Amino acid sequence: MEHLELFFKSIFIDNMVFAVFLGMCSYLAVSKKVATAVGLGAAVIFVLAITVPLNWLLDQYILQPGALSWLGADYIDYDLSFLSFIMFIATIATMVQLVEIVVEKFSPSLYNSLGIFLPLIAVNCAILGGSLFMQSREIETLGLALNYGISSGIGWFLAILAIAAIREKIRYSNVPAPLRGLGITFIITGLMGIGFLSFGGMLTGGDEEAPKKETTAEVIKAEDKKELANNTKVIE
Amino acid sequence: MGLLSKKDAKLITDPLADNNPITIQVLGICSALAITAELKASLVMSIAVLFVMGVGNVVISLMRNVIPSKIRIIVQLIVVAALVIIVDQVLKAYAYELSKTLSVFVGLIITNCIIMGRFEAFALGNGPWRSFLDGIGNALGYAVILLIVGFFRELLGAGTLFGIPVLGDPIEKTGVYSIGYENNGFMLMPPMALIVVGLIIWVQRSRNKALIED
Repeated sequence: MEHLELFFKSIFIDNMVFAVFLGMCSYLAVSKKVATAVGLGAAVIFVLAITVPLNWLLDQYILQPGALSWLGADYIDYDLSFLSFIMFIATIATMVQLVEIVVEKFSPSLYNSLGIFLPLIAVNCAILGGSLFMQSREIETLGLALNYGISSGIGWFLAILAIAAIREKIRYSNVPAPLRGLGITFIITGLMGIGFLSFGGMLTGGDEEAPKKETTAEVIKAEDKKELANNTKVIE
Repeated sequence: MGLLSKKDAKLITDPLADNNPITIQVLGICSALAITAELKASLVMSIAVLFVMGVGNVVISLMRNVIPSKIRIIVQLIVVAALVIIVDQVLKAYAYELSKTLSVFVGLIITNCIIMGRFEAFALGNGPWRSFLDGIGNALGYAVILLIVGFFRELLGAGTLFGIPVLGDPIEKTGVYSIGYENNGFMLMPPMALIVVGLIIWVQRSRNKALIED
């Protein structure tokens, strides 16, 4: 259940593009054609699925306050969390380099179709953001970290797929000249973001059925209160 | 600009409008959008990026002849990461509340594509002084957009600027609220940042037809 909740939450509610704006640069630059968007999206899922669990291990056994206790009692007071940026980015850069070598060796056609975008994944904020959110949201187990990496990658994949499809079609529309290209992409992304906001109630209000028409005013009021309590809980 | 030659001055003024990193080069957008709900956060983020870009560009430019080109991305990432750690620690020490608001986005300066983009495109091929100016110029161009977006979002969304109410008191209905104005809380939601930037691009490209994409 915990896994399922995290899975849907990272795809829809905390979608990397629409809720926290991660990986926007490549999202805008590579979304002109569906085919390249799919390639980059798949690579992002793959790299996130590797780096988030790896960084979770690093965080758990090296970086967290007191994480070095496995070295002996002397090390219990150490807090290396200020090093997390540099450790995370080093892991990511290494993994991207490794993925590049492996892909080049075993699937040259995929390697050629991804081209320059593969090394660029190292500087995609979605990848580093995944690890930093994993750290700040205090994800508890390695399994959940893997789940978080994959599902937030899927969320990013869906977003870039959708915008690429829209951009392919919008070429035939009569967009005002100054807004063509970048401007309209921004605005469409904003509108899609508003759409994704509606997923917000998916986990909090999901177990309550919508009030039926015949229910009396008191019941609605009670339900409103319950919802309010739920919402405040979420905010806390 | 008596201090700078015309060519050097161009390095600073160009990125402010006609070659703006955000609206024209499409770089560094992630953090630009995420923290602009408050003007104060936008300002602090701009200063942080100004520091990282200015210093980073100089460091990379000084090292440009000794970095093997195969591993240059990793070297660049390490330099930026070290600078960002400094910024993060300073923020945590002197502005703890603000560093909580910025949360992971301080860390994300590392992957801010403006920084990597300028390293690649400029600092690897130019001397320290010109690289410094280029870094400052691009960071200022980034700051301009951040401040404009932050200004509109905070003003229309919360009726405040830097946390100070400027449109009157929404509860006692003074100022603009007395004639029926309501705060548009939607401006504080994430998607509005995208739409505001979209509108800025629209305005900018309407004024300068040369920038229009086909």
